[in-house]
Amino acid sequence: MKRNNKRSDFEIISNWVGDRSKVLDLGCGDGALLNYLAERKNITGFGIEKDKDNWLLSLKNNIDVIQMDLEAGLSGFEDGSFDVVILSKTIQSMHNIEALMKEMLRVGREVIVTFPNFGYWRDRLQILMGQMPISDELPYQWFDTPNVHLCTVKDFDQFCSEHKIKVLDRLVVTKNRSVHFCPNFFGALALYQLVKK
Amino acid sequence: MQDKNSVGIVQSKIFKSEAALLLDCGRKLENYELVYETYGTLNQKKDNAILVCHALSGNHHLAGYYTKKDKHPGWWDNLIGPGKSLDTNKFFVIGVNNLGGSHGSTGPKSINPKTNKNWGSKFPILSVADWVNSQKELITHLGIKKLKAVLGGSLGGMQALQWSIQFPDALDHTIVIAAAANLTAQNIAFNEVARQSILTDPDFNQGDFYEKKLVPKRGLRLARMLGHITYLSNDVMKTKFGRKTKTKGYRYNFEPEFEVESYLNYQADKFVNEFDANTYIRMTKALDYFDPTKNNIKNLSRIFKKVRSQFLVISFTSDWRFSPDRSKEIVKALLDNNIKVSYAEIDAASGHDAFLMSNDHYHAILKNYFLKMLNKK
Repeated sequence: MKRNNKRSDFEIISNWVGDRSKVLDLGCGDGALLNYLAERKNITGFGIEKDKDNWLLSLKNNIDVIQMDLEAGLSGFEDGSFDVVILSKTIQSMHNIEALMKEMLRVGREVIVTFPNFGYWRDRLQILMGQMPISDELPYQWFDTPNVHLCTVKDFDQFCSEHKIKVLDRLVVTKNRSVHFCPNFFGALALYQLVKK
Repeated sequence: MQDKNSVGIVQSKIFKSEAALLLDCGRKLENYELVYETYGTLNQKKDNAILVCHALSGNHHLAGYYTKKDKHPGWWDNLIGPGKSLDTNKFFVIGVNNLGGSHGSTGPKSINPKTNKNWGSKFPILSVADWVNSQKELITHLGIKKLKAVLGGSLGGMQALQWSIQFPDALDHTIVIAAAANLTAQNIAFNEVARQSILTDPDFNQGDFYEKKLVPKRGLRLARMLGHITYLSNDVMKTKFGRKTKTKGYRYNFEPEFEVESYLNYQADKFVNEFDANTYIRMTKALDYFDPTKNNIKNLSRIFKKVRSQFLVISFTSDWRFSPDRSKEIVKALLDNNIKVSYAEIDAASGHDAFLMSNDHYHAILKNYFLKMLNKK
């Protein structure tokens, strides 16, 4: 699970994470986010990473990292055992999203999800021009993309309301600037702070 | 023969314990000896020591050679040496033959000072906790208060786990490879077949075969052959041997002709010359009895409450004797207690044996974990 343009959402996520929290980062890549949160918020962090090369990078970056496949659920973790569970720019490559969201809300008291907004106007424009979009947030060609479940801000809002997930906060940004006017059209990256209803 | 990263020629040493060792079985061992080897240099602060615990058929000879003509290095030579993943330029590495072993430590083959005869059947059955107690004596004798790490695979991993529970303040890191918090029924079953093959060998003579100059070769051979089948995966056996035969066409007799038969027979022959039958049946008992969970895996979280060390847990995808699921149980119990742990599930075809093999990713993990130990606590 490669994390591109990786620092774009760190600061916002950090604002949602309390000091000294216990944090689980799903698909932690090279562990950069957990290290960022450790520096800023003095958190105790664990990462989950399936890819062996990323796993090793996390270990080298001093992250405590568990190698496992998120698709298999989080059965190794007790209910409410983490203050925050983060799924940063990973949801779009997951297969069973309903099950994973349920698991995240079971294990974490709060959940942070970030994803590239497929409703972003540049993506819409590229599709209008007849091609699959390629951008900073979606850097892959259609044939080599790990992404299988791209969604828009509107889609995810609907998903939350239908699945009894309460949105504590939502930010939609483009190049690190908050978008308030038509976020589903002008926002490139969506960030959600969630709890169970 | 010797690569430039070898620890070179090594010599075993003997530690004679003055203190008696009270055993889990209720008996007492007085004046026991442990044979051990060390590699690298213990630094002035005496805080760079790593204890490597061995598995069922292992011993204290981890790395290097005894003589220039020696063809085979120690059993974990691919990992341990100057510049290797467990770098002896940085760490002081200790290998010890478990009490009751057959490579020099006090065991069934030794002379019982009270009778002036071989211990044989009278030698007690030791537990993993007993071994850890005796290893602690050795560590104290070497002037080490706290080990940087205890490391082991299989039964060795169980000892590392036991160290973290029994002496939580005596180690910084615990590295548990291809192990489990207790054995499954299937594992105990394999051990029982191995034991029965030895116990029913007429040359075993209830364990008192030394003075009669007997060796229960048949039993020991069968036990080892069975073991070897379970240490490999079906896939690796297919790749390694398939249905290949040594000669063309079938011979219609009972001589080994398939390559897998030759392999097992070769391993069995090698084993009877270097391993003691009484040690083998006792070691398998130690495996069977090991169970810090007291037969309830949920207890593991409670037991880990007193653990102070950090953990690295490693499993191998094709290992069906100590499957990744068993390692995950350990990881879960550690996470329940907020203990720092990293867990890797290594893609390897060789089965349980994979923990002994050279695999770039596996060794890179260990190397980086060892380096991490030096960087921060």
